[in-house]
Amino acid sequence: MNRFAALLDRLAYEPGRTAKLRQMTDYFRNVPDPERGFALAALTGALTFAHAKPGLIRTLIAERTDPVLFEMSYDYVGDLSETVALMWPSSPSPGGGGSLAEGEWGGVKPQTPASPITPSRTASRSDLPPPGGGEESTPSLADVITTLQTLGKAELPSKLTHWLDGLDETGRWALLKLVTGGLRIGVSARLAKTAVAALGDKEPDEIEVLWPGLVPPYENLFAWIEGRAEKPASGDPARFHPPMLSHPIGADDFSTLEPKDFIAEWKWDGIRVQAAAGTCPDGRRVARLFSRTGEDISASFPDLIEVLRFDGAIDGELLIVRENRVQSFSVLQQRLNRKAVTAKLIAEFPAHFRAYDLLVEGDEDLRDKPLTERRARLAALIERLREPRIDLSREIPFADWDGLAHARANPAQVGAGPDAEAIEGVMLKRRDAPYLPGRPKGLWWKWKRDPFIVDAVLMYAQRGHGKRSSYYSDYTFGLWRKGEAGDELVPVGKAYFGFTDEELLKIDRFVRQNTVNRFGPVREVTHEADQGLVFEVAFEGLQRSTRHRSGIAMRFPRISRLRFDKPPGEADRLDTLMAMLDAAEQTPSSGGRVLDPAAARTGKRKGG
Amino acid sequence: MRPESLLVPTPAGLCCPDGGFHIDPVRRVDKALITHAHSDHAKPGHGAVLATRETLDLMRLRYGDGFAGTTQAVSYGETISIGGTTVSFHPAGHVLGSAQIRVERGGLVIVASGDYKDVPDPTCQDFELVPCDVFISEATFGLPVFRHGDIGAEIAKLMRSLALFPERTHLVGAYSLGKAQRLIALLRAAGWDRPIFLHGAMEEITHYYAARMDLGELRAVRDGAKGDFAGAVVLCPPSALGDRWTRRFPDPISCFASGWMRIRARARQHAVELPLVVSDHCDWDGLTRVIPATGASEIWLTHGAEEALVHWCGTKGLRAKPLHLVGYGDEEEVEVIEAATAAAAPDAPTDGSATDEPA
Repeated sequence: MNRFAALLDRLAYEPGRTAKLRQMTDYFRNVPDPERGFALAALTGALTFAHAKPGLIRTLIAERTDPVLFEMSYDYVGDLSETVALMWPSSPSPGGGGSLAEGEWGGVKPQTPASPITPSRTASRSDLPPPGGGEESTPSLADVITTLQTLGKAELPSKLTHWLDGLDETGRWALLKLVTGGLRIGVSARLAKTAVAALGDKEPDEIEVLWPGLVPPYENLFAWIEGRAEKPASGDPARFHPPMLSHPIGADDFSTLEPKDFIAEWKWDGIRVQAAAGTCPDGRRVARLFSRTGEDISASFPDLIEVLRFDGAIDGELLIVRENRVQSFSVLQQRLNRKAVTAKLIAEFPAHFRAYDLLVEGDEDLRDKPLTERRARLAALIERLREPRIDLSREIPFADWDGLAHARANPAQVGAGPDAEAIEGVMLKRRDAPYLPGRPKGLWWKWKRDPFIVDAVLMYAQRGHGKRSSYYSDYTFGLWRKGEAGDELVPVGKAYFGFTDEELLKIDRFVRQNTVNRFGPVREVTHEADQGLVFEVAFEGLQRSTRHRSGIAMRFPRISRLRFDKPPGEADRLDTLMAMLDAAEQTPSSGGRVLDPAAARTGKRKGG
Repeated sequence: MRPESLLVPTPAGLCCPDGGFHIDPVRRVDKALITHAHSDHAKPGHGAVLATRETLDLMRLRYGDGFAGTTQAVSYGETISIGGTTVSFHPAGHVLGSAQIRVERGGLVIVASGDYKDVPDPTCQDFELVPCDVFISEATFGLPVFRHGDIGAEIAKLMRSLALFPERTHLVGAYSLGKAQRLIALLRAAGWDRPIFLHGAMEEITHYYAARMDLGELRAVRDGAKGDFAGAVVLCPPSALGDRWTRRFPDPISCFASGWMRIRARARQHAVELPLVVSDHCDWDGLTRVIPATGASEIWLTHGAEEALVHWCGTKGLRAKPLHLVGYGDEEEVEVIEAATAAAAPDAPTDGSATDEPA
């Protein structure tokens, strides 16, 4: 448990993806089975046991500490698990013993002071942790998890107490995070699997494919990755197949491509998913929905799972469709944000599957076949299904690139009608292309709609994290509006990318030389009509928001250009965005979101 | 005599009217007794200063030769009579030269402990328990959540990171007086034998320490070539973490050695990637171990979270009150605030040797 706790502790502070991977791979390399397998299960959220309630934790600490001191401490720390982890009275450790007599503390001896340091011993101990990661009294992660999975509710308090007694501050913190559910340390299941794959130079997709057939502590998986055993067999009829991805198309690419070699489809703004279903040898039906990275998201969409009545794997887009209208991404997001999937949620946000491609039908793997053949098979399958929640992504007819450009700029007029709000561009796919996992060159292209742009004024800057910790790289920008004493700037959004390294240096220098105020890590930067820095900000859409002072929230804002040449007084006004929103709200399916330029005539689209 | 008449809290600091001196005065006074050289306890400009040899030396390094009218060095345990009182200095275990000051008159003994810790530190003498009637204690980490734990484990955490990221600089923010040198000593004891690099602001003090103990090879950051910093340990004041000065290092990992690192929100607030719980103050267990052991029946508390300790003393039948002395704080916090104020007007680099542009 100590090694796992140390890993969680480091991951919780680590901002960088590659550093997180290295921490995890190092852990998986050095910690034996089954401990590491249970760690992988915890990191991927693959564990199911009844979580301990905060009330129980409070009761346990109340029995052991002075209530006044607890309240003061909780108030200071602000997090229950952390407060309890730090305050929990430690049992006397063997070989401890301070220079002074020990006082009494609520019937429990206080923690003994750190024994005189013997660093060489400390170092070697940390290099070679004992299996299971700790002294005899320290519970292993494997113990904790297997016990939790079978433990009755009544036994939990005494078991938890016993474990807490055997751990140090970090160990107790990790244990409490584990038993209360939700590690929240910024590691996705995909990242944890990627770290495992790196143990043996495997691709993370290979693990995703096997994943539904694997169970903790995954000893067969580690054995294969480390070259000690054959690949675990996947007899699962609803497996994940690594998806094929596209490249953004550049202006120069068109001259090298022939329109007739391609089909075009709308690029729907939902979530890319894969629906897989089949029948087990014992006759049991299995249906699953996977995210693009192979995460099993079936539990969130029971309404879709129950209609996956086919054998095979289909690549498609998850959308919300109300009264035959595809809803915008912000509507889908409202369903994704809810933890509990209730009947009400399902009724309000009906899930829909729009099919792009057929990878497997029955026992037949179609991925080597050309797209045209796969699409024909897909169309026939959907026809047979006769399921209103599943339909085929339609082709956009076009004769030449100009025609497609027209469709891309005006989806509402070119067949998408009121669904245009949920379109974020067009896709081009080579007719003869096989379905290849990853991002092969030249076969699939995405041509996204142009972003909206607005000229905004830099107001506040904050230091970044990790590599950017010495740079002011997170920016809050604002637009003008009428205030009580004339025009004033109101913050409308934050952006921390979109600029080059060179531009970052320029902005950083500007921030340091034009600071007018400091609030902890944040600097307020000069923003007057005649002094300040203007950013051209690109964004994908707008929504009303009560959380922001300006009343709006931007989707995906980024800095597209620095306008050192432009006086801040000439930057845009909040009214411009408000007018875009007002116009969008005339369109029923938009959910108050702006995406379609036709619906927001006043808005500017970059280059469009 | 009442203890309140022997030592009186005043705006200038704790005052002994009979002896005509102040302890750790925050304003200029005629006679000052100084517990240790941290800047919130040791101010320049007093008429006469009585302190340990090391404290006087460290003050001279910080403030220059004319930091006081006259100075007198005192050894641990030596007794000195001042205006009817007897004073003596005893090891506080906080930093090199740090002392608790024992003041006695007519059988009444008060110990002003300054800052202290009762766990071993290879860079200074161990804390000595001084029996007394009134014990004046700091309360910097006066909440039961502050438990500094095993320092060996914290050093092991740093060593493990050095092994895992051998190409990255480990930039360790540590207070320039005491903390930095203790870390060096602990790293050496843990087997780290590569040169350790120092930020300009801590060179002088560290060399003063190095003349008294073996700290291995120390080098100035400004003398290092770019290639030297891969996998190196670089010590700097906490305020330099995140400064442009750090851009010369390859993909630095920001580490911070402080008792405050026990609290996750505090560590995140400083954007620390590797927090190291290393403190030169007592943690809660230390405070509650030392206070009753002194035998004092009355406890006066200064700087920090006095409230919780006052409550705790009450549950142990000890009379306790906060002194509300102004001007003391945790030295790290003080430094961060000072650096922020200094840099507010022109954007001056915190290190004189640092260039403005990333190297």
